[in-house]
Amino acid sequence: MQINLNGKNMESNCRTLMDLVIEQQLDTMSLVAELNFKIIKQAEWNDTLIKEGDTIELLSFVGGG
Amino acid sequence: MTNAQNDVLVLGDIEFSSRLFTGTGKFASRDLITPMLEASGSQMITVALRRVDSSEKGDNILNYIPKTVTLLPNTSGARTAQEAVRIARIAREAGCGNFIKIEVITDMQYLLPDNHETLLATEILAKEGFVVLPYMMPDITVTKQLYNAGAAAVMPLGSPIGTNRGLEMKPMIKMIIETSKIPVVVDAGIGRPSQAAEAMEMGADAVLVNTAIATAADPVLAGKAFSYAVKAGRMAYLSSLAETKMQASASSPLTGFLRD
Repeated sequence: MQINLNGKNMESNCRTLMDLVIEQQLDTMSLVAELNFKIIKQAEWNDTLIKEGDTIELLSFVGGG
Repeated sequence: MTNAQNDVLVLGDIEFSSRLFTGTGKFASRDLITPMLEASGSQMITVALRRVDSSEKGDNILNYIPKTVTLLPNTSGARTAQEAVRIARIAREAGCGNFIKIEVITDMQYLLPDNHETLLATEILAKEGFVVLPYMMPDITVTKQLYNAGAAAVMPLGSPIGTNRGLEMKPMIKMIIETSKIPVVVDAGIGRPSQAAEAMEMGADAVLVNTAIATAADPVLAGKAFSYAVKAGRMAYLSSLAETKMQASASSPLTGFLRD
């Protein structure tokens, strides 16, 4: 299925948000996910299903002033 | 006697004994952040929020910030109040506290803050329980409005971000310090310890210094220098220094030996 992850369209076979985070090999410390502009708590990632056309943002802290 | 020993700045429910706030931007290496924090004694540091870059695996910025240091996420990149609110909510969800530096910028040439959108975002976020520190164009009326909106402090700029030009807005900042009911943190443009000391002497409650420290050839030493400057400026303010005068006033007796 097609999803949009962090502004880029991509093909994904991930079933849940957690699958996607694992597939992307991301550090979950301070990682925040938005699914279609709604924040999804980390505790809910396992139960959050991804579907065709979803827009997903994965964000974390970087250096800034 | 003024007691400078127990001189703390309270924001939210946290007491800060250091009045030097720092930032994590622009360091040549993240390895410099931890020793800079130790050398400067800074107890609050800014971070930004961005889409994850999967090429930066395992190099989380939080690994370089001791847990005792309060994180101040900013809303950089926001051009509207709604965008700032969205970033703030995401930052809080990251689980590092409820402090937020509101930074709404639409002027891309000088990076000056949009006070109107900043005020709108402050109103929303303060109601949601954030400790809101708005970065603002120095303006007395907006300071009052931000106070009424629930801001924990105001952060007027000294000069545009990253310019190291110091307190170009000095007269305006002075008026804000005189009239503000909430702490005043001078943010942006402070390029030298002497400028930080000047802000503190004027009565600023704290200063936020990022570029000047991060881009010094030795950021750790620069952090220490700023720390001394902020302390000296604060002590000078607490000591209520005498006014400047036009006429000389002798420090030593001029008579009683060679002259009567």
